[in-house]
Amino acid sequence: MDWIYQIICSFLATLGLAAVFQAPRKALVSCGLVGVLGWMVYYILTLQQVDAVPASFFGSFAVAIAAHMLARWYKMPMIVFSVAGIIPFVPGGMAYEAMRAIVGYEYILSLQYATRTGIITGSIVMGFVTAEVLANAVNRVRSARI
Amino acid sequence: MSSPQNQRLEIECFLLAGKLLMQSGAETFRVEDTMRRMAISQGYTDAVSYATATGVFFSAGHDTPTRIVHVTSRSFHLDKISRINDISRKLTSHQLTVEEAYEALLRIEASGQAVRPAMQIFFAAMASGSFVLLFQGGLNDIPVAVFAGGFGYIFLLLVQQATKIKFFAEFISSLVIGCTAAAAVHFGLGIETDKIIISAVMPLVPGVAITNALRDLIAGHMVSGVSKGIEAFLTALCIGSGIAVALSFM
Repeated sequence: MDWIYQIICSFLATLGLAAVFQAPRKALVSCGLVGVLGWMVYYILTLQQVDAVPASFFGSFAVAIAAHMLARWYKMPMIVFSVAGIIPFVPGGMAYEAMRAIVGYEYILSLQYATRTGIITGSIVMGFVTAEVLANAVNRVRSARI
Repeated sequence: MSSPQNQRLEIECFLLAGKLLMQSGAETFRVEDTMRRMAISQGYTDAVSYATATGVFFSAGHDTPTRIVHVTSRSFHLDKISRINDISRKLTSHQLTVEEAYEALLRIEASGQAVRPAMQIFFAAMASGSFVLLFQGGLNDIPVAVFAGGFGYIFLLLVQQATKIKFFAEFISSLVIGCTAAAAVHFGLGIETDKIIISAVMPLVPGVAITNALRDLIAGHMVSGVSKGIEAFLTALCIGSGIAVALSFM
């Protein structure tokens, strides 16, 4: 049952945010599906006791690869599909904890949360960059063959 | 290459494309790349474009003046990015003339939002509700999160329209979300304040802005990366202090 909830919720959350970011209407459902893919990769990895940093890396890598493929399919820029897809595992919760710690005068704790937020954000970005490097390499091989 | 009058229109067209892209939240490399491709397709082989988060520069060559446009506001508008991309692709493959492309860009500039404000509020509320389960919250907290998220987004739009200060709108919006969540839990409608607040605040959180800033930095666009990063950081600070003020009432 939990799985069904996770799939439905990640779909609705990503689709909702894609709409808030004013994505083209015909791309909305695909945006939601990209979000489900990224979240499932992240969720399964965290269930296997993988740390949030590598899990975010693989999640955003999956999102970026899917976004590249959809971008080619729809002839739209890749950013349309990738933007909302990463939202579910952006460490907003941890940034919030950092803020709460500051309000509670626990500055050392807040620094811990903030550093971790930074590292997770970095791993999300590296997932994107890795996917982009891969996509460029594939393009180069393809155009060389033709 | 053409008459001075045409040349002016062409440069105006490239600049408008760059400005609209930057305003809609496109990556810096896409802004520069699109402008250069459009220029090269019209015969400006040594054109240079340089984009930062707050301004776009374009130089067509030695004999023409270099132009600058000011980018004053940035918010995500993926539909516009996609449409501009379409126009630039048609222009570079000569399916459109410069005049037609410029007209189309002007239409995009004048066009409103792809998703109406009422629908945006609905979608923001729906996303807020969905995040509760993704963050391992209970089913009982979903209605409160939906309400808080929608209510917060309404305030975001209203304050933004009234004051035109994005950061202030974000502060008020997260303050409203924090108070709504705290009040709901106080009156026994919700259970976990933290989960409700995080979920409801997600449509405002600059996660994507921070990621984009880092991507710009890694791609070597230091100026835009830093300025976008500061903008995202300020947004996070405004949201955080809104929540902090709300929590201090508890």
